[in-house]
Amino acid sequence: MTEKNIIDLKNIVVEYDGEQVLKGIDLSIKDGEFVTLLGPSGCGKTTTLRIVGGFVEPDSGDVFFDGKRINGLQPYKRQVSTIFQRYALFPHLNVYENIAFGLRVNKVPEKELQQRVRDAVELVGLRGFEKRKIDTLSGGQQQRVAIARSIVTRPKVLLLDEPLAALDLKLRKDMQVELKSIQQSLGITFLFVTHDQEEALSMSDTVVVMDKGVIQQIGTPQDIYNEPVNAFVADFIGESNIVDGVMLKDNLVRFAGQSIACVDKGFGKNEPVDVVIRPEDIDVVRPDESPLHGLVDSVTFKGVHYEAIVDVDGFKWMIQTTDVVRAGEEIGILLNPDDIHVMKKSEYSGKFGDYSTFSEEMDLLSDPNYQEDAEESVAAEAEE
Amino acid sequence: MKAASKLYVFLIMLFLYLPILVLIVFSFNASNSTSVFTGFSLQWYRELFQDKETLQTLYNTLLVAVLSAVIATVLGTAAALGIVRLSKWGQKLVMNVTNLPLMNPDIVTGVSMMLLFVFIMTLFGGSDVLGFWTILIAHITFNLPYVILSVMPKLKQMDPHLVEAAQDLGCPQSKAFFKVILPSIMPGIITGFIMAFTLSIDDFVISYFVSGPSFQTLPLRIYSMTKRRVEPSINALSTLIFVAVLVLLIIINLRQSAPHKPKKGATR
Repeated sequence: MTEKNIIDLKNIVVEYDGEQVLKGIDLSIKDGEFVTLLGPSGCGKTTTLRIVGGFVEPDSGDVFFDGKRINGLQPYKRQVSTIFQRYALFPHLNVYENIAFGLRVNKVPEKELQQRVRDAVELVGLRGFEKRKIDTLSGGQQQRVAIARSIVTRPKVLLLDEPLAALDLKLRKDMQVELKSIQQSLGITFLFVTHDQEEALSMSDTVVVMDKGVIQQIGTPQDIYNEPVNAFVADFIGESNIVDGVMLKDNLVRFAGQSIACVDKGFGKNEPVDVVIRPEDIDVVRPDESPLHGLVDSVTFKGVHYEAIVDVDGFKWMIQTTDVVRAGEEIGILLNPDDIHVMKKSEYSGKFGDYSTFSEEMDLLSDPNYQEDAEESVAAEAEE
Repeated sequence: MKAASKLYVFLIMLFLYLPILVLIVFSFNASNSTSVFTGFSLQWYRELFQDKETLQTLYNTLLVAVLSAVIATVLGTAAALGIVRLSKWGQKLVMNVTNLPLMNPDIVTGVSMMLLFVFIMTLFGGSDVLGFWTILIAHITFNLPYVILSVMPKLKQMDPHLVEAAQDLGCPQSKAFFKVILPSIMPGIITGFIMAFTLSIDDFVISYFVSGPSFQTLPLRIYSMTKRRVEPSINALSTLIFVAVLVLLIIINLRQSAPHKPKKGATR
């Protein structure tokens, strides 16, 4: 990875039917970086990707590639290549000809073409499949053909639009590792779109969290997980208890009826804040060992740990612990200063991080993905 | 039970194909009787191929079939490409309008076309308009929906990102159409073409109304021959047409069933 920016998006705005899908996106991507756009359906991540690919023209704002403005440049003249969600392989060509397509179009000499296709086939592990027809391949194999077809043209940036969404869980995990190693061995920039937070955290150098056409946070996976900027990011990335609090002074926050030491500072005196506590950071102790108490509502055994819903001062917390806890039991809750993360209030405050109505089904229903699917399909239709 | 069902199928086949079987058998009859088979001979075929007028109408039929099928295929494919880009509501509307001529009885189509041609002829003060051009136009018209109907499913099956993928790999949009879209809907186009060709050869009713004395097709010729006396050479001709259409239909069916073959070797 170098310090040179390969892609710069400056104040990008896109509208469909008068509705803003992207509301002023600013994003810089370094050469050789693995950047993931993460967010629920309809958040504008795919639109952002298509702007870089040249399939969507921004209504305002500038797109720079390697320092040059490329607004209006046709997709076929851009040094980027896209891996589409359903791969978009050419059904009338076999595996070899699919991969060779980009080289034939650009009139690469036959000898070089053969060598390059062979290398690409080798890289994605498809040797022996060259003569196969596309519709005789499994999802994972089609995925590999799509990757080979793109990288054989030696793009500077590879755009991946939820490429693993159609694969089953095990294959998806394998492909995550494989994609990452392909990116590292080629040393090219990957711009990856997904709604799967785990995928984003495990693969990326930089994660860009988006919602409602706005970038919520840009950072390393560790930053995003440990220091979310608002309730949306905290809830979207992993499980979070988000409780109302007041910042008494630097390093001291009051919530759940207690004043508790923390490591956050720089807030106003007595400023109302959101306090994030990750379920796995909470220590369960005897009630007399901590000023903070809770009554266990329900417990689910999850294998690695127990997942308990605990009533703390009228607010339901999720606690993940390896200690045995039982429903109806009174427990003490011990928090170290660095287990607590304090965020400024935002439009998302109070919407996430409460487990009072928690159940597996409710989790699905209240998933932002779930609700906004309808919006996405409207946007997708408008696009076409 | 099994024997009964086999018998049933046999009876249905017999019922369907007995007339054609009789036709074929008697086309090889040595005498000109239509009721007694006196021996095998190819004389009616020989006679057929010496009949200049019949051969001329055969040529006419093939000419109209090829031309109308080609033109209908080009127009129909272009129309299908346009229709898939319409909104859902627009697609429904246009497809219903397209399908209407399919439901319309041939005789109504034929009469209305004849009236239209004659109307236009009198409007422009011409005479003797019914002939090659009117038959060609009529055949293109009734072939069009069949081509659209066979191309549409292929377009709908196509991954909407296919063109983008081609552009992405270095194709300008127009080139992407010829390199990617056209090849992937080609099976539908060919099926549409063969269907149009077959229907054109087959057509009697519409051709009957829009043809004139200057230009006749084979079915019209056969019809006029039967009016005088049923000659065995008609049997020979009908046999040839039946075989030709049968071959084309087999080709269409093979083409349609080919993409739905069970996927073999779909292992990782």
